[in-house]
Amino acid sequence: MSDQDDDIVLSELNDEDLVAQMFDDLYDGLKEEIEEGVNILLGRDWAPYRVLTEALVGGMTIVGNDFRDGILFVPEVLLAANAMKGGMAILKPLLIATGAPRVGKMVIGTVKGDIHDIGKNLVGMMMEGAGFEIVDLGINNSVDAYLEAIDREQPDLLGMSALLTTTMPYMKVVIDTMIEKGIRDDYTILVGGAPLNEEFGKAIGADAYCRDAAVAVETAKEFMARKHNQMATNA
Amino acid sequence: MVQSTFGSVELDFTSKLFMKITDQQLSEHGLEPQSQGKVLLIACGALAREILAVIKANGWTHIDLQCLPAIYHNKPEKITPEVRKTINKHQKSYSNIFIVYADCGTGGDLKRLCDEMGVEMIEGPHCYSFFEGNEVFEMREEITCFYLTDFLVRQFDAFFWRPMGLDRHPELRNMYFGNYTTLVYQAQIKDHALETIAEDCARRMGLDYEYRFTGYGDLEVALDKFSTNA
Repeated sequence: MSDQDDDIVLSELNDEDLVAQMFDDLYDGLKEEIEEGVNILLGRDWAPYRVLTEALVGGMTIVGNDFRDGILFVPEVLLAANAMKGGMAILKPLLIATGAPRVGKMVIGTVKGDIHDIGKNLVGMMMEGAGFEIVDLGINNSVDAYLEAIDREQPDLLGMSALLTTTMPYMKVVIDTMIEKGIRDDYTILVGGAPLNEEFGKAIGADAYCRDAAVAVETAKEFMARKHNQMATNA
Repeated sequence: MVQSTFGSVELDFTSKLFMKITDQQLSEHGLEPQSQGKVLLIACGALAREILAVIKANGWTHIDLQCLPAIYHNKPEKITPEVRKTINKHQKSYSNIFIVYADCGTGGDLKRLCDEMGVEMIEGPHCYSFFEGNEVFEMREEITCFYLTDFLVRQFDAFFWRPMGLDRHPELRNMYFGNYTTLVYQAQIKDHALETIAEDCARRMGLDYEYRFTGYGDLEVALDKFSTNA
């Protein structure tokens, strides 16, 4: 940020200017400023869900677009994500308490043999921001870990992530096991990670490959809308 | 004189051949073939010194080396198309070509290219594996280890620290390395100065440190096989 921003007092901005400033602060990865902005908006009787969608998700969408377009790089996205995480920590209990709309539920985890979770964490956070309930299994997940979580949580979607070309084939092991057990079609399966591509996603039998967190959110929403429509048709 | 043991041959790393190549050159531009042998190695720039050492130690004057920029380590999607271009460029000038890249994050693309173009490549998922020996490396199942070779120790800032933004934002360190436990320095030559740097890299990353002398591992075996069959 430029020096002039040092003089900005967030609490003195009107709602519109404050949200615009929060977009800038998210872009610059300023966690404390984001936390302050969230608290100010809540103090002005904004519903937690509105703060989340209009201030945080709106700002992260800009970050995501600029990452996709090669304007921002991984370090900047991580700083922005860290700032958003600060805001989310304040909002999460309030969202639960106020019964914010829930779009769907997703179990997500990095596959066996892989400890990389930056992309997965970004997807989880953006999905939460879009109203999905996320059950994060963490890293290095075996088939059994995925199946147990699916059985326990009964999600709409399963997300699998891998950063290594040596570990990404494990996604197929999970999907094949789900086919064997006759539960594959009960869930929408999204896969992602730097070495993956659409062709790989199709080859292993996933429903979609998502190249980044924003695409994951949009894809998940589309599948949920389709599911909703199917249920309406069959009703 | 900096020396290393390769088989029973002592290598001289202060020779003109080694001194005139800079790591920056290998990182950004790679290396053009130095002479006119009859067979060609196409390799990652990060392996240039090791391969030249093996060539020199064995007196393989019939082998030329072409290296692609080592920084492709950070952009593996570039490796296969660039190898294809290089094969096309040199195919008519050499009787045989060997690819000294492992899979290196290409997800099988490089192997498919080699099969398509009728050339062989070194086996393994990456250089960390073939330096240690592919079988041994696989058995270790060290998923929480971060590996550095001699080249990557020397180029740690250029390949990791700066591209990850850690020079500007050290607070991101645990987001990148939080799930790792140990930095393993796989040493190709015995060099105390590099050990000191590697240990410092581990400290900066917040990881435990392990030194492991590998020498050239399966690289040496693969080059010997290629040279014999060439």
